[in-house]
Amino acid sequence: MTTAVNQAMVEKYKGNFLKEVTDNVEEGNWVKMCMQCGVCSGSCPLGPHWDHPPQELFMMIRANKRDEVLSSTSMWMCTSCYNCVARCPRGLPITHIMHGLAHYGKRMGMKPKNQPTEKFGQMFWDNLIKKGRVNELKLGLGLYFKDGFAEGLKVSMGKQKLGMNMMKAKRMSPMEMLGGHGVSDLSGFHAMLKKAEELEAARVGANTDAK
Amino acid sequence: MKIGGYLCTGCGIGDRLDTKSLESVAVREGRIGFCKTHDFLCSQAGVDMIKADMALEGDDQVTKAVIMACSRRAKTESFNFGAVPTARVNLREGVIWIRPEGSEHDETTQEMAADYIRMGCAEVKAMQQADASGEQGKNNHIMVVGGGITGMTAALEASKAGYYASIIEKSDRLGGVMGQLKQRQPEHSPFQNPQDTGVAALIAAVEADDKITVYLSSTIAKTAGAPGRFEVDIASTVGAGTHAEFGAIVQATGFTPYDANNLPEFSYGKSPNVVTQLELEALARAAGDGPIKRADGKVVENVVFVQCAGQRSTKEGHLSYCSGHCCATSIKQAMYFKDTNPDIETTVLFDDIRTPGAGGENFYRSAQDKFVTFRKGKVSTVDVKGNDLQVNFKDLILDEDAHMGADLVVLATGMLPNSGTDIDTMKDKDESGEVKVSVQSILNLNYRQGPDMPQLVNGFTDSHFICFPYETRRTGIYSAGPVRRPMDAAQAQTDAMGAVMKAIQAIENSAIGRAAHPRSGDLSFPSFRKEGCTQCKRCTVECPFGAIDENEKGYPQYNEARCRRCGTCMGACPVQVISFKNYSIETVGAQLKAVDVPDEFQEKPRILVLACENDAYPALDMAAMKRNESSAFIRVIPVRCLGSTNTIWIKDALGSGYDGVVMMGCKKGADYQCHFVKGSEMAHVRMAKIGDTLSTMNLEAERVAVHEVAITDIDRAPKLLDEMVAVINRVGLSPFKF
Ligand code: SF4
Ligand code: SF4
Ligand code: SF4
Ligand code: SF4
Repeated sequence: MTTAVNQAMVEKYKGNFLKEVTDNVEEGNWVKMCMQCGVCSGSCPLGPHWDHPPQELFMMIRANKRDEVLSSTSMWMCTSCYNCVARCPRGLPITHIMHGLAHYGKRMGMKPKNQPTEKFGQMFWDNLIKKGRVNELKLGLGLYFKDGFAEGLKVSMGKQKLGMNMMKAKRMSPMEMLGGHGVSDLSGFHAMLKKAEELEAARVGANTDAK
Repeated sequence: MKIGGYLCTGCGIGDRLDTKSLESVAVREGRIGFCKTHDFLCSQAGVDMIKADMALEGDDQVTKAVIMACSRRAKTESFNFGAVPTARVNLREGVIWIRPEGSEHDETTQEMAADYIRMGCAEVKAMQQADASGEQGKNNHIMVVGGGITGMTAALEASKAGYYASIIEKSDRLGGVMGQLKQRQPEHSPFQNPQDTGVAALIAAVEADDKITVYLSSTIAKTAGAPGRFEVDIASTVGAGTHAEFGAIVQATGFTPYDANNLPEFSYGKSPNVVTQLELEALARAAGDGPIKRADGKVVENVVFVQCAGQRSTKEGHLSYCSGHCCATSIKQAMYFKDTNPDIETTVLFDDIRTPGAGGENFYRSAQDKFVTFRKGKVSTVDVKGNDLQVNFKDLILDEDAHMGADLVVLATGMLPNSGTDIDTMKDKDESGEVKVSVQSILNLNYRQGPDMPQLVNGFTDSHFICFPYETRRTGIYSAGPVRRPMDAAQAQTDAMGAVMKAIQAIENSAIGRAAHPRSGDLSFPSFRKEGCTQCKRCTVECPFGAIDENEKGYPQYNEARCRRCGTCMGACPVQVISFKNYSIETVGAQLKAVDVPDEFQEKPRILVLACENDAYPALDMAAMKRNESSAFIRVIPVRCLGSTNTIWIKDALGSGYDGVVMMGCKKGADYQCHFVKGSEMAHVRMAKIGDTLSTMNLEAERVAVHEVAITDIDRAPKLLDEMVAVINRVGLSPFKF
């Protein structure tokens, strides 16, 4: 699945993926500074569970492995623990690059399929923009049922006690089911998001305009 | 003539030992003139007391002294009485600090102290006042061999310090390898861009300096003499030769680039587009400010740098070591391209990037900032594809075979030192497959041991890597730059400064007859009793520093300014005719004979310890500072170097009833730490043969042990002595007691 903007990027950078990352990914300009010491990969608590730990992803970027990088599940696995950032001798903001890469892959329509973090992220976002606030009840239930009704029921039953306790402690309200409360100026909030989207589209557009 | 004994009761010595009885041991058994006690001998009052005795006139004048106090390594300034022979008796570190308190130990501890006092008295009687030989001269002129940046820097530094220098350069111009470069790695913060090599400025400075003489197209036909009085014949390929005299020599003969023809797998020689780093410099110079073109005129758009080409590799014909500069050189060269056109693809394929120093690290970062791509990969082959090249490599991060196209490939090949004939391998050709450049002799030394300096592994000039890096094994001759170890330009220039300072030190020391390190200040020198010499040449061969030649009659000819006073020759001489005024077969022999060896019924063994004064003895002292307990049966005698131990000492000791002998010297072998390079090794060789002696005496071989001890072996050294005590307990006391 590739999008038009993705095609345009491929066209524009003609195999110089490092440059593409530098220009378009949040903090991507740092990737070229990696010295391949592997400290990040060694520090990452999740690294062993990934296809490509950070060091490797950065090397893949330099080796022009565009599709593999952008469709990788690896950067979605980052938990933002910042271990790598704290330790990288070159001071790379690795966590941010990870998120930047994930975001960029998604924007290019290359996000991995059935990646739970990606799904949850989308769910969170959709939930949030509706009212300007996160509806925890809906988000929680949505999460339980993301893999189908039967699975969802099973998870909800298992978490029943937790849910009751949260309600007792007033951490969650069943009333939220009825739509929930939002920010006071909801239309202003939506206008703000729209503006942000426009700005972003313009930026990406500028990068894809053939020179 | 009178021998004065001075017993200190400070530092707890007086509390732990019966000093009254020690005084009488010194006078009655040691047979010295008198023994005075002082409760704080190293204080001004104590020292003044001794000096006053030395200032007396006539028969009352104290002309030799025995200081019975702390280790000879402590209070060296206070107890330095110039030329007056002085023995130090170590009652503090050597006795009370290693012996446990308690009345049950008092007897043996007291015996130990008494023995050391007898030993000190015996030693001082055998000592003579050391004076310079009178043969020394002073010559403020330094010969610098090699006119590259190392040599030029050395010459300029010598001149700045007020000395004269002559540069002998074999080619017809100054500048060396650096002179062939377009630019060099930056030397100053922010270390971002290549900078001018500075060679032109150096040459101008050398030429403008009236303390520096330059001999171009010249080589050295002969070097004779010694520090302070080197006699050199300079040969010229364009004119008449010259004869000149120098006080010291700095060899800065640099390196020869590794021959890339050894690397056919990288298509070197098959394609003109595979070049070495030095060849790329020529292309870059030819390009000036314009784009770099390859031989066929094509502007280079895609260049791949292959690091460690034929280096850090165990393959036959390759260099096993890192040349230290190539990573930074490739970084610099990639910038040549990037700085003219940032779109040129520059890839550095590396195994490990090594950019020594903060400057190198910043320079590396700067290249990354300029989008030079670094890929960790091992290049297997370079294929020629029409006019272009394909580099095949294994990506070591992604763990996969990869390849990339290039229109120019630059090989980072290594450096081979120009150190001249290796006198060691002249004898034993090695089968190690090491690469050797066959070079003519450079210094053409007129030394009995050979025309050049001994070399360390891989042909670099030998130096004591840890303690005296510039020193070679030819006193007064120092090596600097890539002939000493692989290095970059900045390091070579620092090296040049270091070497020239050592050369100046050699000039100044030899002028007054003082030894070079590590016995700097020692005025004694070896002499031999001609009537006893059998002309066996062992001393000549074994001297680690080539200090001994042979005269026309075949007798050893000492060049004391070359001598480091290690005593290896003294240890080598089978007929014991070599000695120093203050260190001889007698000074040590008398000490070991002065020990009171109890008869077998007392069950008190005696173990002789000969400990190198540079490492083992300090280690024992430090163990004592930590109050590490030791046996009361050991008797330690410091020696200048284990190489100075003559087997006669061991035989004498065993014959007179000692139960065991422990020798402690520095690490030997290729990564030696011996301050005299070969001394410890020679001692090991000699002692390996002591087994015969032991078996003719019907003694167990374990009674003699030789150990390598480093100055850091503070805990281990005393344990080695405990081990010998255990051995004696097991095999029993010596049958030679009487
Ligand atoms: S922040 Fe992300 S990439 Fe970095 S160590 Fe933590 S999980 Fe790994
Ligand atoms: S720790 Fe930093 S420099 Fe090292 S591999 Fe990771 S990102 Fe690169
Ligand atoms: S062996 Fe040592 S003491 Fe003897 S001449 Fe050589 S340097 Fe001097
Ligand atoms: S080792 Fe002794 S006997 Fe042999 S040549 Fe030297 S001085 Fe003479």
